[in-house]
Amino acid sequence: MESQILTLVTFFPLLGAALLLLIPKERHDSVKSIALIISFITMLLSFWLYAMFEPLANGMQFEINIPWVASLGISYHMGIDGISLLLIVMTTVLNVLAILASFNSITQNVKGYYISMLLLATGMIGVFCSLDLFLFYVFWEVMLFPMYFIIGLWGGVRRIYAAIKFVLFTMFGSLLMLVAILYILFEYQSFAGEYSFDMLKLAQMPLGHQAQLWLFGAFALAFAIKVPLWPFHTWLPDAHVEAPTAGSVILAGVLLKMGTYGFIRICMPMFPEATVTFIPYISVLSLIAIIYGALVAMVQKDVKSLVAFSSVSHMGFIMLGLFALNLQGMEGAVLQMLNHGISTGALFLLVGMIYERRHTRLIDQFGGLAKVMPMFSAVFMIVTLSSIGLPLTNGFVGEFLILLGTFKANVWYAVIAASGVILSACYMLWMYQRMFYGKITNKENEGLKDLSIREKIIVIPLVLLIFWIGVYPKPLFDRIEPAVKQVMNQMGRSGTVEVDEDFSIKPVLADRTAEQELIVKAEKEGE
Amino acid sequence: MDFQLPPYDLKMMLPEIFLFLWALVVFTFDLLTNRKKETAIGYLTLVGILITGVLLAFTGYGRGFGNMFFNDPMARFFKIIFLGAAFMAVGSSFGILKQRIRNHRGEYFGLILLSTVGMMFLASSQELLSLYIGLELTTIPLFVLAAFYKDDKLSVEAGIKYFIVGAFSSALLLYGISFLYGMSGTTDIVQMKINLAITHLTFTNIGMTLVIAVVTMLAGIGYKLGLPPFHQWVPDVYEGSPTPVAAFLSIGSKAAGLVAFAKIFVNGLSAFHGPEMLPNDWGQLVALMAILAMVLGNTVAIWQTNIKRMLGYSSIAQAGYIMIGMVTMNVYGLSSVAFYMFAYMFANMGAFAIVTVFEDKTGSTQIASYRGLSKSAPGLSLTLAIFLLSLAGIPPLAGFLAKYYVFAAAVEKANSADSASWLYWLVGVGLITTVFSLYYYANIIKQMYFSREDSPYKIPVSAPAMMVIAICLIGVILFGVWPEPILQFAGDIPASFGFIAR
Repeated sequence: MESQILTLVTFFPLLGAALLLLIPKERHDSVKSIALIISFITMLLSFWLYAMFEPLANGMQFEINIPWVASLGISYHMGIDGISLLLIVMTTVLNVLAILASFNSITQNVKGYYISMLLLATGMIGVFCSLDLFLFYVFWEVMLFPMYFIIGLWGGVRRIYAAIKFVLFTMFGSLLMLVAILYILFEYQSFAGEYSFDMLKLAQMPLGHQAQLWLFGAFALAFAIKVPLWPFHTWLPDAHVEAPTAGSVILAGVLLKMGTYGFIRICMPMFPEATVTFIPYISVLSLIAIIYGALVAMVQKDVKSLVAFSSVSHMGFIMLGLFALNLQGMEGAVLQMLNHGISTGALFLLVGMIYERRHTRLIDQFGGLAKVMPMFSAVFMIVTLSSIGLPLTNGFVGEFLILLGTFKANVWYAVIAASGVILSACYMLWMYQRMFYGKITNKENEGLKDLSIREKIIVIPLVLLIFWIGVYPKPLFDRIEPAVKQVMNQMGRSGTVEVDEDFSIKPVLADRTAEQELIVKAEKEGE
Repeated sequence: MDFQLPPYDLKMMLPEIFLFLWALVVFTFDLLTNRKKETAIGYLTLVGILITGVLLAFTGYGRGFGNMFFNDPMARFFKIIFLGAAFMAVGSSFGILKQRIRNHRGEYFGLILLSTVGMMFLASSQELLSLYIGLELTTIPLFVLAAFYKDDKLSVEAGIKYFIVGAFSSALLLYGISFLYGMSGTTDIVQMKINLAITHLTFTNIGMTLVIAVVTMLAGIGYKLGLPPFHQWVPDVYEGSPTPVAAFLSIGSKAAGLVAFAKIFVNGLSAFHGPEMLPNDWGQLVALMAILAMVLGNTVAIWQTNIKRMLGYSSIAQAGYIMIGMVTMNVYGLSSVAFYMFAYMFANMGAFAIVTVFEDKTGSTQIASYRGLSKSAPGLSLTLAIFLLSLAGIPPLAGFLAKYYVFAAAVEKANSADSASWLYWLVGVGLITTVFSLYYYANIIKQMYFSREDSPYKIPVSAPAMMVIAICLIGVILFGVWPEPILQFAGDIPASFGFIAR
C-alpha cells in the first residue's frame, strides 16, 4: 500500500471522474456531492502522505519505478521530495475549496464541469509526482484540455478567445520542451548506452556548455510561459478574467507553480552551468515582471484583473528568489509558491463571492462594503495583508527570505525588488480602500448578505493557513530544506558549478590564473 | 534448356485469394437477393474481412513465388492496417446504403474488398512490376467508389478528378520504373539495389538518369499520398466522394502509397540517400515535400468551412509528418512510420465515422452545423473531440505517441551525423505546424461545446457504426496508454530492411 500511495493520490480523482460519467446528468446534487467527496478523499490521502513523509530526510520518498513503454525507455517513475509534497497538499486543498466554491456559480452542464475539475486534479498531482521526463510531459499536457474547457465553457464574455489563447501559448512552449526532451534522450543514450527518461539519472549526465544553453532555453521558455514571466504573460490576464472563479483559483494557485516547479526539478539539476549563465537575464526579466505587474495592477478597473496582474508581480518574486541560487532565496521561493497559492487563491475566491452577489467586478461599483458585509471585509483584509506580506502572515516569511537571498546574491536586484513590495502595498490597499471604506455610494450594495456557512467553510481554512505559516513555518522548512539542498547538490555534482559551505552556487572559473591554480593545488594537498 | 517454374507456395497468399473470392461472393449475393438485403450484404462483407484477418494471423512469415511475394513484418503490419481501414469503412457505410445508394450495393462493398486485395498484394510484392499492378488494383476500384453518388455532381466530379490524376500519376510511376529497369536490368528490388550500386560505382556515373527516375517516381507516389505540390485533388475528392470512401482513401490508399515508397526508395534506392551520393540524394527532396505538406495542409485547413475538406487538408499535413519518419533512414524510421499509420487509422477512421453518422442524419458537412452538438449528442461529441485531439497529438492518446516517435526517429538521426542535421529543421517545422493544427481541430470542439445555443439534431447511431466508433475509441486510448505490443511488432520492420541498431 505504502509504495502505491502516489499512484493512488494521482489517479483517485480520475476514478472519481469515471464514476461521475455513470451518473445521469440531470441529478446535479448528486454530481456535486460526489465530486466534493472524491476531492475531499484525495485531500485526506494527501494529508496521509504528509504524515508519512519523513522530514529532514534526503532523497526521493515513496519511489515507484515500473517500465511502461520499454522499447522507448519510458518508465512509470514517481517519487516526491519536500517541494513536491507541499505542492501536492496545496493542490488537493485548493481543489476541494474550488469545487465547493462552484456549487452556486456553475449552473449549466454541471456534470461536465466537475469531470473537468477532477481530470485537472489528476494532471496536476501527476506533474508533481513524476520523476520520468516523459511521464512529466504527459501529465503536463493532460492538464491543458480540462482547463481549456473550464475557461471556454463556463467562462465570461470573451471566454473563447481566452481559452484558445491559453491553449496555443502553452502548447507552443510545451512542444519546444518536447524537442529538448528528445535531444536529452539521445545524448543520454550515447553517454550511458541505454535509453532512459529518469530525471535522477539524467541529472548526472555531463553536457557541453553549448548544448546546455540550448536545452535550458527550450525548457525555460516552456516554463516561463507557464509562470508567466514577463514578456510571456499576455495570456494570463485574459485567462484569469474570463475563467470561472474555480478556474482562476486553480490557474493561479497551481498551474502557475508548474512553471517554477519545472525550473527547480528540471532546469537547475540538469543544466547547472546554463542556469548560472542565465541568472542575469532571468533576474532582470523577473524584476521587470515585479515592477510592471504592480504598475499595471494599480490602474485596473476590474478587481479580478488587478489580482491577475498582482500574480505576475508575485511570480516575479518567486523567480527572482529561485535564481538567487542560495539556500535562503530558494527556500523562500518554494515557500512563496505555497503562499501565493493560498493568498491569491483566497483573493479569487473572495472576488468570486462578491461577483455572485453583484454580477460585476468593477471597483467603482463598490464602496462602503465594510458596513454591510463585516465578516467578508475582515477576511478580505487578512488576505490582502497576506498578499502584501505583512509580518505574522505567510507572505512576509516568503518575501523576506527571497529578498534576503537576493541581497546576498546581488544587492541591486534586492533594492529594486524591495520597491515592488511597496508598490504591492499601494495597489492592494488602495483597492481595499475604494471597495470597502467610505459611504455606500451605490444603492445596489445596500442589501448585500454577508458570508454564508458554505462560504465560511471555504475561507476559514485559508485564513488559518495564512496565520499558521506566518507564525510557525518550521514544519514546512523541515521538508523544504533537504529538498532544496538536494537540488543544489545535484547542481554541484556536474563539476561545472560548485556549492560552497553556506549553500550558494558559484560557477567554477574556467580561466584560473596560474597563481590561483597553485593555491587550489596547495589546498588539495593540505587535505 | 528446360524452363523451370519457380517454387510457389499458395499458402502464403491465402488471405489475398480468400478476400478476392469473397468479393465475388458479395457481388453474386447481391444479384441473387435481387438487391434487397442491404444490411445482410454489409454484414457479409464484415465477416469476410474478419475471416481474412484470421487467415492472415495463421499465415506467418515467409516468401513464395520465386522471391516475388514476401510476407515480412512490414507486409503483415500494413495488411492489418488495410483490413482495419476496410472494416471500418464498411462498418460506417450502412447509413448511406440505406439512404443514398439504392442500387449496386454489392458493387460498393465488392469494390472496397477488391481495392483491399490490391493493397495487400502491393504490401507483399518485392518486385517492381507486381508492385505496380498491386497499386493499380488498389486505385481503379477507388475511382469508381469516389463517383458512387451517380446523381450528385460533386461526387462525379470527384471521381473524374481522381481518375485523371490517378491515371496520370500511375503513368509517371511506371515511367520512372522503366528507367530503373533500364539502369539495373532487373525488376527485383533487392537485386536492383545491388546492380544500381555496382553500375554507379564501378562503370559509369548514372546520376542524371537516376535523378529523372527519382523525380518521376516521387511525383507518381506523391500524388497517391497527397504530398504537395501534388495535393490539389485531395480536398475536392474528399468533399465529393461518399464519406466512408473518403475515409478509406485517407487510410488505405495512403498506407498503400507509403508501402510503395518504402519498397522503392527506402529499400531499392537506399544507397542514394545522403550527401555521399549528391546530386541524386532523394532524402532532402522528400523532406522539402514534407515541409510543404505540413505548412500548407495545416494552414489551409484553418480556413475550411466544410469538415470533409478540413479533414482532407489535415490528411495532407499528416502525410507530411509521416514522411519525416520515412526520410530518417535509421532503425526507428520505418517502425515510427508504421506506428504512426496505425494510430492515425483509429483516430481518422473514427472521426470520419462520426462525420458520416452526422451527415446521414442532417445531410450537412458544414462545420457550422456542429454548433451546440454537445447538448443534443453528448457521447458522440466527446468521442469526436477525443479523435480530433488524437489527430492533433495530445497525450495520453495514441496520436501523441505516434508524433513523438516520428520526431524521436528524426532527432536520433540528426544527432548521429553532422550531415543529417537538416533533420532538425524538419522537426522544427513539424512542431510549429502542430500548434497550427491544434487551432482547427480545437475549432470543431469549440463549435460543439462552447456555443450557448442548442443543436436541433438528435443523432441516431446504427449498430455497425457504433461498433466502428467504439473500436476506434478503444484503439485511440488503449494504444496511447499501452503501446508496447504494437511498438514491438513495428520494431521488427526496420530489421527486414537492413537497418540494425547501433
